[in-house]
Amino acid sequence: MDPECSQLLPALCAVLADPRQPVADDTCLEKLLDWFKTITKAGSSLLLLQENPCLVELLCHVLKPQDLSSRVLSFSLRLAGVFAAQEDCFQYLQQGELLPRLFGEPGPLGGAAWTAPSVRSGWIQGLRSLAQHPSALHFLADCGAVDTIFSLQGDSSLFVASAAGQLLVHILGLSMQGLAEGHPSLQAGDWPVCAQKIVGHIEESLHSTAVPQITQALNVLTTTFGHCHDPWTQVLWVRLSPLVGSLLEKDPVPAAHSLVDLLLSVARSPGLSSSSCGLWETLAQTLNHLSPTQAGPLALGILKLQDCPQVLRAQAFVILLQPLACVLKATGQDPGPSGVLDSATGDSLTVDVLLSSKAACVGLLCRTLAHLELLQPLPQRPCPWPQEPLLGAAVTLLQLCRGSASPASDVGRHLCALLLGCVRVQRAALDFLGTLSQGTGPQELVTEVFAVLLEYLRSPDSSPTVLKKAFQATFRWLLSSPKTPGCCDLEPHALLVLRELLPVLQKRLCSPCWEVRDSGLEFLTQMTRHWGGQAGFRHALLASEVPKLTEQLLRDPESYVRASAVTVMGQLSSQGLHVTPVSPEHPGGQQKSLLVELLHILSTDSEGFPRRAVMQVFTQWLRDHHADVAGDTEQFMARVLQVASQDLDWEVRAQGLELALVFLEQTLGQFHSHCPYAVTPPVAAPAGSLAQALQPLCRVRLFEFAFRALFDCDRPVAQKSCDLLLFLRAKTASSSGSLEESRSGPDVASVEAALQRWQAGDQGQPLGDLEPEVVLAVLRSVDLEGLRGALAEGSDHMEKSPQSLLQDMLATVGVLGENEADCY
Amino acid sequence: MKLYCLSGHPTLPCNVLKFKSTTIMLDCGLDMTSTLNFLPLPLVQSPRLSNLPGWSLKDGNAFLDKELKECSGHVFVDSVPEFCLPETELIDLSTVDVILISNYHCMMALPYITEHTGFTGTVYATEPTVQIGRLLMEELVNFIERVPKAQSASLWKNKDIQRLLPSPLKDAVEVSTWRRCYTMQEVNSALSKIQLVGYSQKIELFGAVQVTPLSSGYALGSSNWIIQSHYEKVSYVSGSSLLTTHPQPMDQASLKNSDVLILTGLTQIPTANPDGMVGEFCSNLALTVRNGGNVLVPCYPSGVIYDLLECLYQYIDSAGLSNIPFYFISPVANSSLEFSQIFAEWLCHNKQTKVYLPEPPFPHAELIQTNKLKHYPSLHGDFSSDFRQPCVVFTGHPSLRFGDVVHFMELWGKSSLNTVIFTEPDFSYLEALAPYQPLAMKCIYCPIDTRLNFIQVSKLLKEVQPLHVVCPEQYTQPPPAQSHRMDLMIDCQPPAMSYRRAEVLALPFKRRYEKIEIMPELADALVPMEIKPGISLATVSAVLHTKDNKHVLQPPPRPTQPTGGKKRKRASDDIPDCKVLKPLLSGSIPVEQFVQTLEKHGFSDIKVEDTAKGHIVLLQEAETLIQIEEDSTHIICDNDEVLRVRLRDLVLKFLQKF
Repeated sequence: MDPECSQLLPALCAVLADPRQPVADDTCLEKLLDWFKTITKAGSSLLLLQENPCLVELLCHVLKPQDLSSRVLSFSLRLAGVFAAQEDCFQYLQQGELLPRLFGEPGPLGGAAWTAPSVRSGWIQGLRSLAQHPSALHFLADCGAVDTIFSLQGDSSLFVASAAGQLLVHILGLSMQGLAEGHPSLQAGDWPVCAQKIVGHIEESLHSTAVPQITQALNVLTTTFGHCHDPWTQVLWVRLSPLVGSLLEKDPVPAAHSLVDLLLSVARSPGLSSSSCGLWETLAQTLNHLSPTQAGPLALGILKLQDCPQVLRAQAFVILLQPLACVLKATGQDPGPSGVLDSATGDSLTVDVLLSSKAACVGLLCRTLAHLELLQPLPQRPCPWPQEPLLGAAVTLLQLCRGSASPASDVGRHLCALLLGCVRVQRAALDFLGTLSQGTGPQELVTEVFAVLLEYLRSPDSSPTVLKKAFQATFRWLLSSPKTPGCCDLEPHALLVLRELLPVLQKRLCSPCWEVRDSGLEFLTQMTRHWGGQAGFRHALLASEVPKLTEQLLRDPESYVRASAVTVMGQLSSQGLHVTPVSPEHPGGQQKSLLVELLHILSTDSEGFPRRAVMQVFTQWLRDHHADVAGDTEQFMARVLQVASQDLDWEVRAQGLELALVFLEQTLGQFHSHCPYAVTPPVAAPAGSLAQALQPLCRVRLFEFAFRALFDCDRPVAQKSCDLLLFLRAKTASSSGSLEESRSGPDVASVEAALQRWQAGDQGQPLGDLEPEVVLAVLRSVDLEGLRGALAEGSDHMEKSPQSLLQDMLATVGVLGENEADCY
Repeated sequence: MKLYCLSGHPTLPCNVLKFKSTTIMLDCGLDMTSTLNFLPLPLVQSPRLSNLPGWSLKDGNAFLDKELKECSGHVFVDSVPEFCLPETELIDLSTVDVILISNYHCMMALPYITEHTGFTGTVYATEPTVQIGRLLMEELVNFIERVPKAQSASLWKNKDIQRLLPSPLKDAVEVSTWRRCYTMQEVNSALSKIQLVGYSQKIELFGAVQVTPLSSGYALGSSNWIIQSHYEKVSYVSGSSLLTTHPQPMDQASLKNSDVLILTGLTQIPTANPDGMVGEFCSNLALTVRNGGNVLVPCYPSGVIYDLLECLYQYIDSAGLSNIPFYFISPVANSSLEFSQIFAEWLCHNKQTKVYLPEPPFPHAELIQTNKLKHYPSLHGDFSSDFRQPCVVFTGHPSLRFGDVVHFMELWGKSSLNTVIFTEPDFSYLEALAPYQPLAMKCIYCPIDTRLNFIQVSKLLKEVQPLHVVCPEQYTQPPPAQSHRMDLMIDCQPPAMSYRRAEVLALPFKRRYEKIEIMPELADALVPMEIKPGISLATVSAVLHTKDNKHVLQPPPRPTQPTGGKKRKRASDDIPDCKVLKPLLSGSIPVEQFVQTLEKHGFSDIKVEDTAKGHIVLLQEAETLIQIEEDSTHIICDNDEVLRVRLRDLVLKFLQKF
């Protein structure tokens, strides 16, 4: 601890111990505790306490009967735990009987303060920190803490209850430590007293008829198997598994969710050889006993396991597929030749759940779809994967939700009535359908997929979120449609779909709902990105009204839509898909080019999103040598940088620097070719060429923009500018000798003076025209590395120091007199 | 109680309810779909229409070619369009006491009923219903009268000839009863018979029943009706909406506890959600206009158009359509737009509060003010000089058979840039378009029907719980095209009773009670006796006085003192005989106790037999039989009056007298 902090500490402890000066801010105490944790991690706690007796005094003081705030009490308990984590310090505190007084009966445990959840939580966390060594175990046994922890498992505060469970797991693990290493086959009867006590408590809870108690026991076990993989855990499981198994005999199975978690935790535990302890049998039994809603997560968990018997996997998969199999059966469809869904049909229990209520039906279907979606991309997904029936099921569900399926059975009609217009199922099924595009399907089924997607895209009843998902799924299916070898254009069938899709897109771009217009534009962006260069796509797109409508959306009243329209237009233009329309107002008149239009948006749009989008488009255009830009790059750069430098949105300014960097690279790239494939090795540049190379940068006033950004009030902008200038300096360093520097010229001085004023916050004065020599000189004189270091430290690095923290805390209670510290 | 069903159209109902002594007509809708069989009436001479070839029979016989014309494979009657009236033969319409109108769409047949059937009763409707109904009729008359047509075809209606015609003419029902449109004079005369009513106003009909209009939420002034007597309640639900559009919300609570609920006027497009359709309407409109095309919206001059204009008001700026002119062409356009602004009390809460600001409740006022929306009585006159394209035109009639819309169809039909958007659900758009084929113009069908759908109906029925539901037969099964959609029908318990055109339904409930008032002085004289805890009885002797379906018990006249001859004779003529009344008996005879009593009084050799209805007590010695049944006791003895009286008195001891 630095001496400044040591000096402040006694005053702070006095403040904390004084009930008349309440600590208003919890976070200060948390920071303080974090600080102490860092110190004790790095050095001896004992030494710390000996050097700062005020700390022990504080711990003693809080025990006095007084009206101390629960925050400070909780803090003290946790602090004591942090110190006592080191065994020597633990002994030191024990000498004063301080620990039993803090954590035992005489402490807050028996007092009125115990009613505050934060105190109970502090007590648990204190013990959690303290319990690191064998002495701690004895202490816990002596002060009867374990019984208190048992009772806290059912605490009214969820945080306290959960922490109590975690603490039990920790104590169990600690008490088994050391012992277990030597005796891997240790029988439970020979276990340490403390461990036996905890295990006994768990057994008792599992015998209980009260569901909350069973849940607590299961949760403790889940955490144990999840965190500890020592051999003793296997003994524990062998001992407890009959009890866990007996839970399955009850109807309904109590605490099913926790039971599923436990079984999966055990199954995942590397410490257990699953085959030897009957786990697979228990899992199979559980799958059979749980209701369809509860069995889903277990089935998914089993299927995700790396090594698991094939029979069990098959059973789990059948359970997982059951709801979809019911849907297929109810709508009179063949569940497919693969046989997986075949064996899943006919579970009347699942049908009962599906038909019991709309909420149950929707819940079960959405969960099933989500589980299958998770499973699909995994390497251990079941094989063979029933792609066809799953596709069929997803399509059927979507049809049921729209009322376009015509089920023949009563169950099917009932399902149809429950699912009609259900947005949740529509969204889940569309997501799932999109995932299924990873696989293939027979052509007629794929045709059906596109048909249902088009139906959704066309339907006036599709909600904006459903439409968005329908667009996404359509794109994924278009992507996955089989390609002709050697050609990345859309295959003929996909082109047919596209021709039907474009009129729908056209209409959606005119939707009164901005979310719909926006998703339409996003979809168009994705399509153009992938197929913009392909003849089939280009032809279809140019034959439609879509490009024209998109351009009109540049003037949309909603800023998100304008931003998306900017992105699409930028891309269309890059791909040569932007056709300048003939305006009805000025037939044959001069048309504004897209560049002018985008510049207009950049300089006048009131919202940040469209302006950011414009900057991104410009950057991309510059990278791609877009014709509009390449014509007169300097004029373009000068104009854009001028507008961007005045933008109020820091992201626009940052993007301006990105643009500047591209320009810089391109300009200097001609001067210094780093192309590894260059035929001729780089030759030393003639003396004048660096200055020449820098000339365009000066003409577009790139340096003024960059220097100004260096002192930008938004840190990311300043950092970016710093990086840019450092890059430039490195680039020019090699040839600096050849350029005559004007380190002491009058221009340099005036620039440096201007920079100083800017740094001081006066940004008014422009730099005027700069010469390359001056720029280079200034570049060298400014401490860019120092600036970068300062910026990297973060704006609050001063305020983050422990000294500052202590000062702040003291200042808030007025001990330091005036409020000197900036408590930002 | 009977229901006479005069119309088969579920949304244009015309039913007659006979309830107690009253005959009440519920709505008189006019089925205008018959006009789809006729050629359009062009406002300007149309060479295309006038040059259509005449239709001839398969054998080449062309005797009908003056009456029937062929267009793109369809045959149309070249004549003044005619309408299919409600049944007039099923019941003598001159006996109808009152007509209750639920909304302005359901009164279009009124002049036919009030002017040509001997009807002498009263029509009840709310003020907006009457005013807007008048506008609709005025527009209809105007549309048809301003294009006088010399020809009136009747040959094709001959039953033998009709059989030879192609569908749909062949299948058209009751063509002989189809009538031409009424005149303005008839409209005025019919409307003069209307009495205005307000929501929740109670109207007594002859003292027998009370009728009350309730807000139905569908259109300005639209109502459902409650028809009730003291002990029976019939609800008539016609054209109701639960959506938040411009009218006052629907009053559901007052429909509770109905014995019978007659349910008509549900949405005609149950699969189309109005919100989605409005979105679709806007998207297609913008798409067309942005491509330089014109949009034609065939519509009625009131109703959904207000909502569409409101949506467009919010949409046009955002869609960059501010410079596009919107035209509303109808002989009643101006009145319709202005009327909508003055019926504040009939509007939804939001619009009502605007009036206090004060602001016009509908934003179309602002559209007019800023010249974005312009209205004209017809396309002649000012419109032709203001007309600018591309534009959006709202005009009637939605059947596309008459009105200014015919001209725009002819004008714009040839270009694929233009679009016609159908928003009114009353006519099949494909049939409406048939005489304009081949058509290059794009056609979009966005039917906007805000009336109740089946989900809403099932919630409503659960809420109001009527004992019986009566509805058109179309609502008791899924639509033929979607037979699997069990959700597209009324599902209630007991199943709804259905009706079809020209059917008479006996409504399934019997009247059990009638309310009778007792005059105060008579009531004062009553002496109730408690015969069971909580139930008291009193006998009353009175004169039942019945007048105007009201029943009153008045005290009987005092027995007159016998006086002089003539006078006494006259008194006995006037006053009914008041006999001295025997007391009434009540109670039951417990057999065992009765036998004990008999034994106490010296009877012996008593035998009791149980019968189906009670008991027989046999006094063998006295050769006497006492039959005790639930509601009668007989003593049968052989001419021994003394014994009978003795036994009678013993029986009477067990009974209460009053």
